[in-house]
Amino acid sequence: MARMEDLVPAEQDHMRALPLPKFASEPWVEGPPLSQRRVAIVTTAGLSLRGENLFARGAADYRVIPADADPADILMSHISVNFDRTGFQDDVNVVFPIDRLKELADAGKIGSVAEFHYSFMGATDTAHLEASARELAGMLKEDGVNAVLLSPV
Amino acid sequence: MCGLAHFFEDEGIATTFIALIREHAVAIRAPRALWVPFDLGRPFGAPDEPAFQRRVALAALTLLESGQGPVVLADFPDDAPGPKAEDATGWVCPVSFAPPPDGDDGPAAAMLREIGELAPWYQLSSDRRGRTTVGVSGLEMPAAARFVASYLDGTPAGNPRPDRPASDVFKDCCSDIMAYYMEAGTAKPGRRSSMDVQNWFWRDTAAGRTFLEVREKLRRGDDEILRFVVERILLPKTQHG
Repeated sequence: MARMEDLVPAEQDHMRALPLPKFASEPWVEGPPLSQRRVAIVTTAGLSLRGENLFARGAADYRVIPADADPADILMSHISVNFDRTGFQDDVNVVFPIDRLKELADAGKIGSVAEFHYSFMGATDTAHLEASARELAGMLKEDGVNAVLLSPV
Repeated sequence: MCGLAHFFEDEGIATTFIALIREHAVAIRAPRALWVPFDLGRPFGAPDEPAFQRRVALAALTLLESGQGPVVLADFPDDAPGPKAEDATGWVCPVSFAPPPDGDDGPAAAMLREIGELAPWYQLSSDRRGRTTVGVSGLEMPAAARFVASYLDGTPAGNPRPDRPASDVFKDCCSDIMAYYMEAGTAKPGRRSSMDVQNWFWRDTAAGRTFLEVREKLRRGDDEILRFVVERILLPKTQHG
């Protein structure tokens, strides 16, 4: 349904009116073959661990989700109601494909799965996420991550 | 989301991105994006479809080996398994609510009764799925429902989570109630689209009717934040009009 023409008119109008970021440069990082990549998931689904602070409107920070987190402890506090949640209710991997990454690592398709993964709240303006994203990049490097799989909702 | 890709690449980390809206990916020029024709909220296609999810993940990750930068946009060729969001599948919620014992006593009382009637289905869902996504408010379901319903009165109940702004607690209670209903209503596996479930909640339950009444009341109120909540982040656009 994410074909623009399949969205209801109000949603189409919203999507077309969304202010999109423009960047002066187009950075492009290359690296080793996929089989040697250490991969982390970064999602904008507003995920956090049960008991942690939830995402508030305009939140520019992020939450850490360990690779071995129990799916029963992963909650979603994204503020938007304009996307399906029943898939996530059935299976965390439809948004946060941690089990799929582990299978790809076991099969040798990717090198390894990062120890930690991260979530932002995607309704926040991109410009407000820059400082947190650059900070997070440092943590990813410390974990040896050289590939990020970005998952929106 | 695409902005994060730009920042990470600028810091020296390669990225690949699932794009749910192709027009956005084209406009933003993310370094590597895989457009997928899936429902919003389902970037890896469909729940409980590990082989399909793995294909999507691998298709996105394979873009890391492309030497065609600085912008690569690929299209995933297949629709997700199962009905699409907008499909009408004929799904009917297996839970039928009992009529009110003494006539119509209003949506809020009916919502509390529904929550009780849904409890065994919610438990069934939690047992089958091994988890629940209810819990953002930190309140038990009846308490969450009573707090939301109190906004129908002139004076809302005191904030049951004084550590958080009341408007946030209101939104979180609404999120928990919706999740509770949707998990309970779909406790039995079956073919259904997300729109089937959404329509059931908003059109066929007292909780949906309560939310709509609260929405109408708060839209006319003085609290600017609550007006934003009920106008922008309570009722899905698919249910407008």
